[in-house]
Amino acid sequence: MVFQYPMISVQACLDGILLGILFALIAYGMALQWGVMNIINIAQGDLVILGGYIAYFMYLYGIHPAWGVIVAPVIMYFVGIAIYKLVINKVVDRDLFISILATFGISILFMQLMNFAFGADVVLANSDYGTTMLFNNNVVLPNSKIFSAFISILFAICLVIYMKKSKLGRAIRATAQNARAAKILGVDTEKVYAATFGINAALCGVAGALISITFTIHPYMGLPYTIRSFMIVIVAGLGNLPGVAMSGMGLGVFEEFADYILGTEFRIGSVFLLLVLILIYRRFKLSRKREYLK
Amino acid sequence: MKNNLILYIGILIFGIAAPFVFPAFKVQLSILCVLIVLATTWNIQGGEMGYNSFGNILFYGLGMYLCASVQVGMFFPLAEWTESGGEKTFVHTPAQFFQGMAVGLIVAAVVPTIVAGLIGYSILGLRGHYFAICTLGLGVAAGEISGGIEIIGAGQGFTTPPFPDVGSLDSRGEFFYFLSFFVLVLTFVTVRAIYTTRFKLILNAIRDNEDKAEAMGIETMKYKIIGWMISAFFCGLAGGIMGGLVGYIDSTDVAFDGREMGVFMVLMAILGGKGTLWGPIIGATVFHIFKEGFWTFFLGWQYVALGVLIVVIVIYFPEGIMGWLREKYPERFGEVVDEKDRKAQVELK
Repeated sequence: MVFQYPMISVQACLDGILLGILFALIAYGMALQWGVMNIINIAQGDLVILGGYIAYFMYLYGIHPAWGVIVAPVIMYFVGIAIYKLVINKVVDRDLFISILATFGISILFMQLMNFAFGADVVLANSDYGTTMLFNNNVVLPNSKIFSAFISILFAICLVIYMKKSKLGRAIRATAQNARAAKILGVDTEKVYAATFGINAALCGVAGALISITFTIHPYMGLPYTIRSFMIVIVAGLGNLPGVAMSGMGLGVFEEFADYILGTEFRIGSVFLLLVLILIYRRFKLSRKREYLK
Repeated sequence: MKNNLILYIGILIFGIAAPFVFPAFKVQLSILCVLIVLATTWNIQGGEMGYNSFGNILFYGLGMYLCASVQVGMFFPLAEWTESGGEKTFVHTPAQFFQGMAVGLIVAAVVPTIVAGLIGYSILGLRGHYFAICTLGLGVAAGEISGGIEIIGAGQGFTTPPFPDVGSLDSRGEFFYFLSFFVLVLTFVTVRAIYTTRFKLILNAIRDNEDKAEAMGIETMKYKIIGWMISAFFCGLAGGIMGGLVGYIDSTDVAFDGREMGVFMVLMAILGGKGTLWGPIIGATVFHIFKEGFWTFFLGWQYVALGVLIVVIVIYFPEGIMGWLREKYPERFGEVVDEKDRKAQVELK
């Protein structure tokens, strides 16, 4: 089917790239906290969905959901700080598995609280942006997708500049390199950790607001976003921003093709299977390096 | 040692008498047995080997589907069975039911073991959090994919064969209770036997420092795979029994239920104390009593309570009940305590 109708391939590629930019934004937040705090946050996807619900509620109250892109990160920043103060700062220097399990607990908690608060329906915030037709009307691109990709790139650029130029950004980078040395040199690492988690949550908020405009949100849809961002980070490596963007787009394209070829019911399954395959590939690649141990 | 023998005999007698003493709790007791089996086998590679897996639910769900499919497929066409759904066009005779169950349980135990052996080489090479996330992905992927396969019911679920009419109404509960209790005893005896051998020491060496263990000449990969296969064997058995007990299999809510069962087994082992023989058993019992006692009280908020419970246990109680007891009464665990040294350490803290 893909080869018979080349326009479907073009459609899937464009959809995938626009989707992948969004994934890359979430993955950037994950890479940030992973690099700085050495924590893998299973609740990442649930923060995304929570951000999406903020935009959805603005839509319900008659405000254009695109403003959610500005409101959601502000609210999510404080949510992130609250999570850090309550849970994360107690697991930050412990065993990695402890932090995975603790964030897994947070993920279940958020999932259920959202289910109670917002109901179990699949919702979307309608932006009324219309669509763009390309290639003789064979390829349909909703303008909201283009808008969301544009906003994601904008936020990513702002964040990179902020990390490079500002004082807090420098402190975050210093802590990521060597937390102990940074502490000796007068960086308040506790504050840096809290700010990192807050920034990560804010990024999730932006991504969530964009997802609620372009796609749909549902309280239980969080885990796939966590897995996608984890996958992007391990493919690209920590602190490799172009790599994160590229692998994000690659994942998006893969997903769209899996959707067309295998069918929608296998879409999430194929994402999780891809994760397993990537990890196995990585394991064999790495095992060649430690051959001397055998 | 003598005390232990009395304890085991006491537990055995209690286990056999339990369904007659508490006839109303037969199903709950069977579920408790299955939970203990899951927690104990999770502990083999989670606690002793240090490979924290979220993916043992894969073997559990696989066992559940295999047992039910074999039980149906031996006598009737499987596709028509799943298509008919709840309506009973085919009925198992008692002989067919028990034969099917026996063969089904064997398949349910053997196939997951083989699967664990096959995927073990590639997956157990991952370390730390990569392993945890990979197994998490494996469990969810299995659930999503089995939810799309038509012959085992896809999204609408799979009804396992109903218990045949053998005269007495209580026989269903008793059959499943004794089946699960038998598997529990089998698991306990096996695990206890394993824990007295060199194999356990190797597993502990892998947990403490894998590179060093490898340098000492232990083929770590071989032992890791064997450890995981033992886990998979009993997880598959437990899944097969649970499928018959629940009577209905759904891909993401019953079989590959990573959100519930997959977390429960980790939580129970941690609550009781990782890396101990009795820890998971105590943890599972406490957890099950807590869950059944308070779940109805929370009424709809149970998953919220579960999330809070996970966070609280993990942050404030990572040593578990056994770890706490060990800290409090080290003499009971056969550890000699130098009182002076202990005081000095307390002062240091």
